[in-house]
Amino acid sequence: MFRALVNFYHRLGSPPHFYRISGRLAPWFIGLALVLMAGGLYWGLVLAPTDYEQGDAYRIIYIHVPAAWLSMFVYMCMAVAGGLALVWRMKMAEVMAVTAAPIGAGFTLLALATGSIWGKPMWGTWWVWDARLTSELVLLFLYLGVIALDNAIEDRRLAGRAVGILALVGVVNIPIIHYSVEWWNTLHQGPTVTKFDAPSIHWSMLVPLLVMAVAFMLYFGGTWLLRARNEVLRREGNRRWAMELPEAS
Amino acid sequence: MTPTRKKRLYLIAAMVAGVAVATGLALKAFNENLMFFFSPSEVATGEAPEGERFRLGGMVVDGSVQRDPDSLAVTFGLTDYDEAVTVSYTGILPDLFREGQGIVAHGKLNGDGVFVADEVLAKHDENYMPPEVADMMEQRKAKGAQ
Amino acid sequence: MSLTEFLAMGGYGAYVWSAYGITVAVLAWQLILPVVQRRQIVRQIRRRKRQEARRA
Repeated sequence: MFRALVNFYHRLGSPPHFYRISGRLAPWFIGLALVLMAGGLYWGLVLAPTDYEQGDAYRIIYIHVPAAWLSMFVYMCMAVAGGLALVWRMKMAEVMAVTAAPIGAGFTLLALATGSIWGKPMWGTWWVWDARLTSELVLLFLYLGVIALDNAIEDRRLAGRAVGILALVGVVNIPIIHYSVEWWNTLHQGPTVTKFDAPSIHWSMLVPLLVMAVAFMLYFGGTWLLRARNEVLRREGNRRWAMELPEAS
Repeated sequence: MTPTRKKRLYLIAAMVAGVAVATGLALKAFNENLMFFFSPSEVATGEAPEGERFRLGGMVVDGSVQRDPDSLAVTFGLTDYDEAVTVSYTGILPDLFREGQGIVAHGKLNGDGVFVADEVLAKHDENYMPPEVADMMEQRKAKGAQ
Repeated sequence: MSLTEFLAMGGYGAYVWSAYGITVAVLAWQLILPVVQRRQIVRQIRRRKRQEARRA
């Protein structure tokens, strides 16, 4: 069992194997994500009841909260890959770190935009500089910094390591985002689902939220694999295995 | 693990720890500025800046909202359940503004101790439930109070 | 519930649907971009292969 796992890990570390496995997995991730999204959206937009205070405006939660969770989850994935790239100098870890950044930036942008659209009718403003909103904006800049750094360095191996360092340094921002609503008083409300006692959301509203969160997670997995195999092909395009791919003939 | 990898791992761990400590210290130093609003108690003890604009957050006191029938002017009490401050505001209130609801007002204290606001934002809580469930909880609470 | 009622979202229709619209746009972009880029990369490899074949 353990040997099989180690074997699998080593094969994933080899670009041609990764290219083949990811090509087989990605459609499943994305297909399942789309099915769950359709179900979650129908549940969240049609079946779930209106909120006692916010009316139907609260339905933005079904995209805002999963996007915000993913913005942090993707960052942690990127940082772990960056750490592996720095310590073990694994080519595949470099690829994974570099390709996670634009996806994470997309989710962060979504969290900020949908939150802003929610804030206007509920809070009465599009934007405030409170600790939660500001730290999430810092996260967007961290992602943009990683993308810029990757583009600025010509040497792919060096770029992978530089990105790893920036990603690891930025990890401090993740607990700040999460705890900002508890450490400081903010306009943003406290945590609903991830607090220690029972979530303060009715189950009929919580279930579609969790379905959407899983769907976003799978969508991230699928698009990450697609971007990573592109990056592999870009880096190894003049290797024999890439030249001999059926799609290249 | 080979010695070089171990060395790299320690170096990176030290780097992350260093950045974390530096950030923690910086946040501690700027703690005041990271607070989005002051509470009525802080106004009472004089911790809120006097003669300057600041944000005041709290709950709208039940039964304290008085609307001017001819204009958009409104006054209400704002409390943190220890102290209360009277707020006056002219303008459109957010949809979630109601008695017992958390809000954040931006403005200045005048000579009479009234907070003159030019912006009122609603701070909604982390609870989400259908209206029927809210009604039921309300009823149960009323029964418990009797 | 009628369709107009559903689209109105209790008066918050403009906010809810613009938020969902942005989300669909960003998520679609995340899928379309790697698919388009893949085609370009494969085309490049093919071109390089042809050049090498000609040289040989």
